[in-house]
Order: sequence, then C-alpha cells, then structure tokens
Amino acid sequence: MAVLVIADHDNASLKDSTQKTVTAALQISSDVDILVAGQGAKAVADAAAKITGVRKVLLAESDALGQGVAEAVEACVVPLMGGYDAVLIPATSQGKNFSPRIAARLDVAQISEIVEVVDAATFVRPIYAGNAMETVQSADAKKVLTVRATAFKAAADGGSAAVETIGAGDGAAKTRFLDQKLVKSARPDLTAARIVVSGGRAMGSAEEFQRVIEPLADKLGAAVGASRAAVDAGYAPNDYQVGQTGKVVAPELYVAIGISGAIQHLAGMKDSKYIVAINKDADAPIFQVADYGLVSDYKVAVPELMDALTAAGL
Amino acid sequence: MKVLVPVKRVIDYNVKARVKSDQSGVDLANVKMSMNPFCEIAVEEAVRMKEKGVVSEIVAVSIGPIQAQETLRTALAMGADRAILLQTDQDLEPLAVAKALAAVANEEKPDLIVMGKQAIDGDNNATGQMLSTLLGWPQATFASAIEVSGGKVKVTREVDGGLQNLELDLPAVITADLRLNEPRYASLPNIMKAKKKPLDIKEAASLGVDLAPRLKVLKVAEPAKRSGGAKVENAAELVAKLKTEAGIF
Repeated sequence: MAVLVIADHDNASLKDSTQKTVTAALQISSDVDILVAGQGAKAVADAAAKITGVRKVLLAESDALGQGVAEAVEACVVPLMGGYDAVLIPATSQGKNFSPRIAARLDVAQISEIVEVVDAATFVRPIYAGNAMETVQSADAKKVLTVRATAFKAAADGGSAAVETIGAGDGAAKTRFLDQKLVKSARPDLTAARIVVSGGRAMGSAEEFQRVIEPLADKLGAAVGASRAAVDAGYAPNDYQVGQTGKVVAPELYVAIGISGAIQHLAGMKDSKYIVAINKDADAPIFQVADYGLVSDYKVAVPELMDALTAAGL
Repeated sequence: MKVLVPVKRVIDYNVKARVKSDQSGVDLANVKMSMNPFCEIAVEEAVRMKEKGVVSEIVAVSIGPIQAQETLRTALAMGADRAILLQTDQDLEPLAVAKALAAVANEEKPDLIVMGKQAIDGDNNATGQMLSTLLGWPQATFASAIEVSGGKVKVTREVDGGLQNLELDLPAVITADLRLNEPRYASLPNIMKAKKKPLDIKEAASLGVDLAPRLKVLKVAEPAKRSGGAKVENAAELVAKLKTEAGIF
C-alpha cells in the first residue's frame, strides 16, 4: 500500500513542511512517493529526492501548476491516485486550497490537519480551535489527509530517490491567474522558524510594531508573527497572523509581546516548546500558558531584553 | 445576478468548547449557538454586492437541525431575501454538505456561491472546495476582495507570503476569509422584517444525495494541558533562564 505526499514549495525551494509530512506518511506506509507539481521546479524535485525513506519523486510541470491553481493540481493528482491508498498534503494555505478537491473527486472524506497517525486508517485532529482532539477512523478506500506539519518531526536528508517526469494534466479553463504580490523577507518562514516573536494590539500602530518587534526578531534570528487584533488593526500584514484562523506555529521559542492570549491566538501557538509572555496586565490569559511570564510594559521590557541579549553575547 | 450563501449554525465564537466526560463529543447542550463567523462574512459580502446593484437576489441556505432556522433568520435580517433549510439531525461531514449544496445549486441556478472558508466547530476548511469540484465551477478560496464585472469575477486571495489575484468565469464558488469585510449587526427593524421573509423547510433526505458520514469518531478528548504560569522578575532573569533552563541560546 503506497502513499503519495504532495510537496510544499515555491517552485524554487522545498519547504520543510514537506519533510514533516513525509514523517507522517512513513507512519502509514513504507512506500512513500512525493509529487512536485509546479513550474521550473526541478531543483525542488531534486531536494525532495534526498529525503530519507522516499521511494521516488514525480515531477509535473505547467504554468497553472506553477501558479498553484487548485483545479490544475486536482487534475494532476487524481489520475495518479489509482496507484496510492492515501495522499498526504501539508496543511498550508496552498495545500488547503486544493486538497478537498481531490477528496471530492475521489468521493472520499478529507481528514483535515492531522496531528497524529494512530494507524493507517485512524488519525487524531484538532477541532474547535484546538479545544478538543478528535480521533477518527476512515472506512474510505482511499484517504485524503492534510497534515499539520508542526506536529511531526522533519524526515532527515540522506536518500537518493529517482525523479520521474509525469504529465501535468489539464489546466483550468475557467480560472485565470492574474498576478500575486509576495512580500520578500530575509527572516525565516513563520511556520518553519525556530524562534517566533509576535506582537499584539498593545503596539498601537504599524510604526510601533516595526520599531519594537522587528529589531528583537532580527536579534534572535526569529520570524515575526502577530495576533489577530494586531493584524485587524493594520499593525501587521495578514500573513503574520498566528492563530486558529491564521498560521499554526510550534517553534522552540515563542515570544508574545503585548498579546493578551485570546483562545483563538492560543490555538495557533500553544504547542510551542517554550513560551515567553511580556504583558503589563498580570491577569492576561497568555500568562497561563507561558513558561516565562514577565509582567511589564513592553516599552520598558523590550529595550531591557535587547540589552540583556547583548550582554549575553547575542 | 443571484447569489447563494450557505450558512452554518455553530457554537458561539466567544464560548469555549468543552469536551463531554464520556469523550463522545463536545457538549453543546445549553450552549449559545450562532452563525459561523466566516458565514457571516459571506452573507455581508452578498448584501454589499446587492447594495451596489451587482446582485438582485440573495438566497441563504443551511443544512442541519430545525434550530438552524434561527441562523437563517439572522441571514435574512442582515439582508438575504429568502432562505432554505434542509432539515436533518444527522451529523454531517463536508462531503455530504457539499453534495446537498450542489443539489440546491442545480435547482436554484445561482450565478455565484459565496460561503465561509471554514466552520469553527469542525475546522475542516473543505466544503467550498468540494462544492466547486462537484459542480465543475471555478473556485477561489480565502477571498479578501471580490469584484464582479461582465460575467467574470476577480478575487483577491490571501496566500502564504502575500496576496494573489484570480479571475473566474461565472458561475463560481468563493470562500470568504476574515478580512473580506466586517459583518454588520442586524438592526431591530430588520430583525422584525426578517420574520416575514420566506423560509422554506425541506427534508434533507428529499434531495436524494448520500449524506452518510464516512468517518467514525472514536473519541473526542481534551488537548494536553500546558503547565505554564511561571513568572520572571526582569529581562536579565528571562535571558538567563532561556539560556540555562530552556537551552535556547
């Protein structure tokens, strides 16, 4: 029983959510193939071929696949599913966009954002913003699973699988990609970063957010995140949002500054290994999940923290 | 142009879900229920399109228990013109909901379906994409802006790292993200008026689609608790602990 993993990438580089999804896949079957669907993505396929435990890498290329058009990805994947019992897709915004299409076409349930593989048909997934964990068993012949990458360790490099080029399938005649504006950042990717520094509504303005959060993040080599309140207020861009409705992160260290800790924010970061909270309100719910809480105005605490980090040789 | 807006009745956004002690599910007895927040955004968007003159009729549809009428009345009070309840007490998975909605779409023939990107109970984020697939209509998920003109719709989507623009032929399925708009509160006169708007109730079973669940829920458990709550006195102590206890640096 072979399983297929669909790689997460930007046509240039492979994202480590792919390696994490491979770990989940290897818990279901020892025959794991990876599909790289993109355009000009040979380097991505070569990187995928190096993941330990991967049997082979399939590379499908077209403009629509490179643009991530959901209908095109579905058309590419569905014909392959005759050879697989399950397909695992990293639960990124891109993966979530096309994965239910594959399930609908195969007439099977999608099991969303699994965090644990119990056996080849049984999985654990968070529901109600992570306030409950549901264990479900699927009776469908084929399984379509999206994987919450932060719940799995990345499979290491060390393999040398063959890369096989396959047909891209039909495009999507009724959907046209116009353009996209991606923010280029020298910082690590939010969902893959070892350290995340997030700011909340207490920042009060976009300028203050940049002045306070970004230098601290840069000093720590961290990605920058934000609470929904900060994003809604326009202090930080949409894709900084950590939470139930934004990104789910689980770094080694999560630093929450001026964030009260609404349920929906906690849902996005409570699996972090260590949590630091800086907030002047001692009763803020964020302190209940923090390993190290510092009750202080961020205006005082962050400069002191910068100094203390410098003194510690960082 | 006619818009179909599917809406779901879920636990209220501000209520913390509690797991039943027998681990059979989440306790919804005597819990405040409301319209799923993403569905509210979808209704609001349809109403704004109608206010702009782009849309002539808004049909809200829900599938679920008889109490889902209240959710549909909310949609009517926000500005939908009429509502359809597909009544069933069965637990429904996204695939079943998508099949039921596809049957409604084939009957109602809307030009556009706008719906929430996910429901805050199951957190599946699947129904819109499945519906688009079953109907063979183009899809745009996670919309933060929608602009209809000349038989086409331009959708700005929230993607990892930024925003993407797609153009879709109509009819199409669009799922709403958080920043598409801020839903209005229904005014009291509109709530009163909504009571007189048409709301058809049909048995979901009468659609003739397979609504049976594909997944068996073995248990629903509390998530692992974090043992937080420890405090530090100052930034220097924080850095020292991150270094020695946590081994971060």
